[in-house]
Amino acid sequence: MSDSSRAHLSLLDATRWRAWEPLLWLAAFAAPLLLSQYAAIVNEIAIVALFALSLDLVLGFTGIVSLGHAAFFGFGAYSAALFAKHVMPDPLVGLAVGIATSTLLGAFASFTVQRGSDLTRLMVTLGAALILLELANKLDWLTGGADGLQGVVMGPVLGRFEFDLAGRTAAWYSLTVLLVLFVIARRLVHSPFGATLKAIRDNRLRAMAIGIPVGSRITVAYTIAAALAGAAGALLAQTTGFASLDVFEFHRSADVMLILVVGGTGWLYGGVLGAIVFKLMQDFLSAITPQYWTFWLGLFLVVLVIVGRDRLLRPWAWFKRGSAA
Amino acid sequence: MLTILFDGIAYGMLLFILALGLAVTMGLMNFINLAHGAFAMVGGYITVLLMQRAGVPFLLCLPAAFLGAALLGAVLERTLYRPLYRKPHLDQVLFSIGLTFMAVASVDWFMGSTQQFIQLPQWLRGRTEIGTGAWTLGMGHYRLFIIAVCAALTVVLQYILSNTRFGSRLRASVDDQRVAAGLGINVNMVFLSTFAFGCGLAGLGGALGAEVLGLDPTFPLKFMIYFLIVVAVGGTSSITGPLLAALLLGIADVAGKYYIPKMGAFIVYLLMIAILIWRPQGLFVRQGGKA
Repeated sequence: MSDSSRAHLSLLDATRWRAWEPLLWLAAFAAPLLLSQYAAIVNEIAIVALFALSLDLVLGFTGIVSLGHAAFFGFGAYSAALFAKHVMPDPLVGLAVGIATSTLLGAFASFTVQRGSDLTRLMVTLGAALILLELANKLDWLTGGADGLQGVVMGPVLGRFEFDLAGRTAAWYSLTVLLVLFVIARRLVHSPFGATLKAIRDNRLRAMAIGIPVGSRITVAYTIAAALAGAAGALLAQTTGFASLDVFEFHRSADVMLILVVGGTGWLYGGVLGAIVFKLMQDFLSAITPQYWTFWLGLFLVVLVIVGRDRLLRPWAWFKRGSAA
Repeated sequence: MLTILFDGIAYGMLLFILALGLAVTMGLMNFINLAHGAFAMVGGYITVLLMQRAGVPFLLCLPAAFLGAALLGAVLERTLYRPLYRKPHLDQVLFSIGLTFMAVASVDWFMGSTQQFIQLPQWLRGRTEIGTGAWTLGMGHYRLFIIAVCAALTVVLQYILSNTRFGSRLRASVDDQRVAAGLGINVNMVFLSTFAFGCGLAGLGGALGAEVLGLDPTFPLKFMIYFLIVVAVGGTSSITGPLLAALLLGIADVAGKYYIPKMGAFIVYLLMIAILIWRPQGLFVRQGGKA
């Protein structure tokens, strides 16, 4: 076997589905059935996982620090909710509308992240989310302002599966969307296109020097990520039948960044894993101290960074510090 | 009209004092510190506590707020911040967000989530009006006081920075850490004292601003974006950049809220994004410094 074909095979090997992956998804789909009282939280985890997946494309694969990813999440949520309220209640069409509008927004916003340092990007993305928050607050004839957008009634999925009170349909609906988009994202990051994104993340100057069109790649990656975030927002609005200013808030952008970092950036399952850990932790902590759980969240973040985020999730590496460093 | 300009200047001066520490830390250590507002909040709460519980006069509370915040800043710099200087920006952002969350929740726990008020002394409560008609200039005495204090501080800081030995060491460290260390400057000590001083300024700003900006546990989150705007727009290489940015922001914000209340903070954010797309490194960049 020649060297080049061996290299080709090893590259292909990284993209192959592992044995545990179908098992994970089977477990996820079985969860609402087996633990029906937790269907609502499964739904939330699926939505947050999709949101984190979207941020992963931007932060983990392209290396753009964004502190305003809630902009697309909220935009998708509001457009899906408004569409269901004023046009038609079909969830799938609403989802498509949510994705389409946030894709447009993402394409528009991608011009703001092209230049500048990390600080500039942080500020611009944060500013974009705040502008949308302010807009949603002030356009109260359309969005309901601070009261949120109420009275969103969703039709059954595919005209057959009604959203039930226990939230099982919602959970399966969100999980299915997550799975479909996850497979697409997976295909994307393992493609040559994905490889160029990673090259941009690792060294922008060199990427430019070997002829990668950095600007347009960033635009495309940011737009796709915006579409995924919009899908997550639309799912939230549809499964809760409600959209409020909360979807644009700063803490959403911060939370999703934390989720991604807990799970690991630059790894598609990072978002999924982080979402599970984060949601369970939030559920657990806010059951103990409803009002002050952000303190523990903050402490967790500080400890995470001090210990080193790549080491916290790999306990076996804790004692290797001396030899590795 | 003039009154709005006046209020805007007072607001901008306050923002400048609050954000200056952040500008210096960011320029000096290249550290994105989102927790800066927490130090301002500490200063504000020190003032409230001293005035309400111990009955200390307002003017004595201000230096106390400065010292308290500076001390806290020095301790945190030595223990938590220093290991993070060389970490990637993402780590710094996460760390300082975490610190902010902790500060918000602990103040909420100790002090309650209600807004705190400060009883200003009698001589600061009045208001003077000059002129008539459309050109009336109404000056609240307290705002006049803020402008005077902040302007004095600015002059002193500018003097320290440009004319003293410490100032030249600081500028040398900002420009190139390694060469500065090679010349025998104790860069760590410069960092420590500058960080503590910046936190102290934030604390002082928090104490001064408790009356104007409002003081409650969400203060660091609410005003974080304003501090960052000042720093991002003004650049981090001088103190005139942030000063002008803060004045611009203060006037734009007050005028925007007065003339087009429907748009709210919208204008400020839009302006910021436009400026940053136009000049990603900030409006006022000194040539030759380290990027």
